[in-house]
Amino acid sequence: MASVTVKHLWKEYGSQVVLENLNLHVADREFVTIIGASGCGKTTFLRMLLGVEQPTKGQLLIDGEPVPAEPGPDRGIVFQRYSLFPHLSVLDNLMLGLEFSGSRWLGKLFGARRRVALEKAESLLEAIGLHTARDKYPSQLSGGMQQRLSIAQSVIREPKILLLDEPFGALDPGITADMHEIILRLWQANRMTIFMITHDLKESFQLGTRLLVFDKRRNDPHEPERYGATVTYDIPLNRKKHSMPLASLTAALAGP
Amino acid sequence: MPRLVNLYPSSGGALALGALPFLILIAAYLFGSATRLAENPDDKLLPAPSAFVETLKSYAVEEDRRSGEVLWWLDTGASLKRLLIALGISALIGIVGGLAIGALPIVRSLLGPFVAALAMIPPLAILPILFIMLGLGEVAKIALIVFGVAPCIIRDVSLRAGELPKEQLIKAQTLGASSWLLATRVILPQLWPRLIDALRLTLGSAWLFLIAAEAIASTEGLGYRIFLVRRYMAMDVILPYVIWITLLAYTMDWLLRMTRARLFPWAESR
Repeated sequence: MASVTVKHLWKEYGSQVVLENLNLHVADREFVTIIGASGCGKTTFLRMLLGVEQPTKGQLLIDGEPVPAEPGPDRGIVFQRYSLFPHLSVLDNLMLGLEFSGSRWLGKLFGARRRVALEKAESLLEAIGLHTARDKYPSQLSGGMQQRLSIAQSVIREPKILLLDEPFGALDPGITADMHEIILRLWQANRMTIFMITHDLKESFQLGTRLLVFDKRRNDPHEPERYGATVTYDIPLNRKKHSMPLASLTAALAGP
Repeated sequence: MPRLVNLYPSSGGALALGALPFLILIAAYLFGSATRLAENPDDKLLPAPSAFVETLKSYAVEEDRRSGEVLWWLDTGASLKRLLIALGISALIGIVGGLAIGALPIVRSLLGPFVAALAMIPPLAILPILFIMLGLGEVAKIALIVFGVAPCIIRDVSLRAGELPKEQLIKAQTLGASSWLLATRVILPQLWPRLIDALRLTLGSAWLFLIAAEAIASTEGLGYRIFLVRRYMAMDVILPYVIWITLLAYTMDWLLRMTRARLFPWAESR
């Protein structure tokens, strides 16, 4: 269970308003895709859910409780880059989450408990098609393989919420179809609520059950920092029939 | 004709090019030595190769008449022992200090400026203090090297810890890592290769401090011997010792490089 409630949320850095008066309720197991121009607070919103930034005003609640002020295993994250551990093999990268939870002081598992963890890790490796690369280091993998591993690494701890910050932004367009299939499969199998930032409009429609567009409602050309962004479009997607055709949204976004 | 910047030597050619400066140096020495000895057979400044062989025999094979020890190996053993103990202590201080400063913002605020200031004190300037406080024995010599080397290693290692992508540290926390596990399973393993790099870079100054300490107060050691025989202008002893020291330092550097490649293959850039 992980519903997210946002009430009158503001985020400011000094005089710069990043997000203003954000109100939102996201139900459990929703797949929320987020798009918007760069610098309009999408990543800031994600970082607040992650717990590395705190709201200036208002409330950000997960299942009615305020988001803890630091990252934790209930909220997984996949960044565009750098979320793998270069000194660990593919398998060890995947095992790490299980070893953290199973061994408080050594961070390593032995014997029967290791075998259980190993089994889980290997079946997940199989699912993301990386079992042949299990002993390689991350730097030996292609960008697509690295991101698949990074997603699996986050999912293995079974977070309630999975946050994806442009996870496929640095990948070739050719591989994104595979990545979409993997992420949808993991989402269905793991009962997570997903928030995913993307620059790809098509992707945002294809993947999500709900699309949020972040943008500024008002803009003062003499003082661009005066007003923050908020959710300007909140579009439920039911996969089969989009409530708003792609073309009209593109037109709406291109408008003033 | 390709540009000069695109001209690469073959592997044999690279070897020959690398050997060239050494050969030139040796040739220049032999020429200078022969010229001076032709003018004055008693010249001590550039001894003939035969003199080196004699010296090597009396220092490295035969026992010293007064002490009954083979001086070459006595000196080498004493110096290496000091150096290795000092480097070991420095590495330990460096990795613990670097990890603590790099991983914990509170420790960084507490010790960062202090270590930076410490690293700026010229170690030789505090050598008298070390001799006064610790006596003229082994402890003062080791302390000098540690003082000269450890702050640099701490700074280098903590800089590396600071360079680790924030994303990695956040990710580890979302996987449930405590501060302890973050330090021991994520940060520390990535600092070892940098520790070896730092040791390699400080090896030169470690030798400098060793020889300085030995020159001032010692009864054996490579630096002690060089400064002892200086009084007799015994270039036939000094030059082989210098070459030997260079060889030892070079070997240590090579061993460290090999250790890094063997133990941390993931950190090799190519």
